[in-house]
Amino acid sequence: MTTRQKSTLWKPALIAGSLLAALFVGASDQPGVRVEPTDSVGPRALEKQTETAVVRDYLQAWHSLSGALEQNRADLLNADFVGTAKEKIADTIREQAKLGIQTRYVDKAHDVQLVFYSPEGLSIQLVDTVDYDVQLIDHEKPQITQHVRARYVAVLTPTEVQWKVRVFQAEPE
Amino acid sequence: MRSGLKSFLGALILFAAGQSASAQSGSLGLPRTVEAGAAFSINTTGSGKAVLYIVGPGQALRRDVQLGEAISFAAGDMHNAGHYLVVLAGGASTENGAFDVTAVHQPTTLSFIAKPSRLPVDLHDGISGVVYVFDIFHNLVLQPTPVSFQLSGVAGTPQRRTVTSKNGVAWTKLDSASKEGAAQFEARAGNVSDTRIIQQVPGDPCNLKMDVRPAGQRLQLETQPVRDCSGNAVPDGTIVTFTEIYDGGEATVDVPLKRGVAKTEMPAYKGATISVATGVVMGNEIRWGKE
Repeated sequence: MTTRQKSTLWKPALIAGSLLAALFVGASDQPGVRVEPTDSVGPRALEKQTETAVVRDYLQAWHSLSGALEQNRADLLNADFVGTAKEKIADTIREQAKLGIQTRYVDKAHDVQLVFYSPEGLSIQLVDTVDYDVQLIDHEKPQITQHVRARYVAVLTPTEVQWKVRVFQAEPE
Repeated sequence: MRSGLKSFLGALILFAAGQSASAQSGSLGLPRTVEAGAAFSINTTGSGKAVLYIVGPGQALRRDVQLGEAISFAAGDMHNAGHYLVVLAGGASTENGAFDVTAVHQPTTLSFIAKPSRLPVDLHDGISGVVYVFDIFHNLVLQPTPVSFQLSGVAGTPQRRTVTSKNGVAWTKLDSASKEGAAQFEARAGNVSDTRIIQQVPGDPCNLKMDVRPAGQRLQLETQPVRDCSGNAVPDGTIVTFTEIYDGGEATVDVPLKRGVAKTEMPAYKGATISVATGVVMGNEIRWGKE
């Protein structure tokens, strides 16, 4: 078999592999999201548009959290976190930077349930059972990756253009 | 394409690392849960030096430890509630596990939102109060906690309601009082309380009535004291409109309430109809010089 023939045979395999990789990466980049029916959320009536915006902004907050903790950059939290949640995660980032460690959070699946929408519309609470991987990196050296399933409680409040996470706390399942 | 492949390989490595992690877990002497701020210890086995990591979105710790000894954490070391990954890396082996830090059950701070700050009297479920319960470390207290709400300060018995928090939040709705004035809206959980002031103002005028007196070629018009349906005086400055319709014409005068009444003068046309109104409330109607 000539070099040219080899190259011809490799090309489709490489393209197929790359496509498969791209599909895999695409699938792994976007976590699976399930939103429980919101019929019983109260006391304020929850419009579909509000529900969509809250879930979208909450998932975006996970993305920001992941980037901030991986790069030890507290400024990445500004867009999606506010108040206590932002302060606590920013403190963690400072601790990580001081210790020379990084953590990489990759959320795989969310099972979101909106549980409370305050009467005046100034806060909304959700409970999320999340499946995610945490990779611990010490001075650029990966230590371990652990799969985690945890129940998170988040409180979001509206800002000018989006909902931001004000309370972000895991609790025992 | 290259970056896609790189990510794919990265994901494979991540997956492999995850597999090895779960295979090694289980031998650390970890507590299942720790109350925020409490002292605790982690038991280790073996010998030699190792590094212990505790990481979560709420905190990150790293300690050099001696295997075979218990690793002690002083009160306050772990104070943020959350789920934490624990890794013990020593020599060729790595052990890992996880535990939860829970909020202190005793509430220390209340985030109390009372709305609105100003509303008319006698409004059913007009006032809402929402309380988020936090501990001393500003963790949301997820344990059900009784929260009592009380609206007082105006005549009548205070309204009280006790609600058990769910997922750290308790809320209620209360009626505004029948008397105008500032009311104190208090929320209390355990030994901690927070108060908001709710201004209750008179509602729409009720039974608006005017009297008319002749004064030469003019009529003197004056309302009786303008009150809402609960008897509260409608605030001065509220506009009262007098309208006179006579043969071929109409005249309108807007007058602000002063000391609870509105008065004005209008031309005296025989057969004219004079009416009074404020906002959407109509008062009485008088036909002048009816023969």
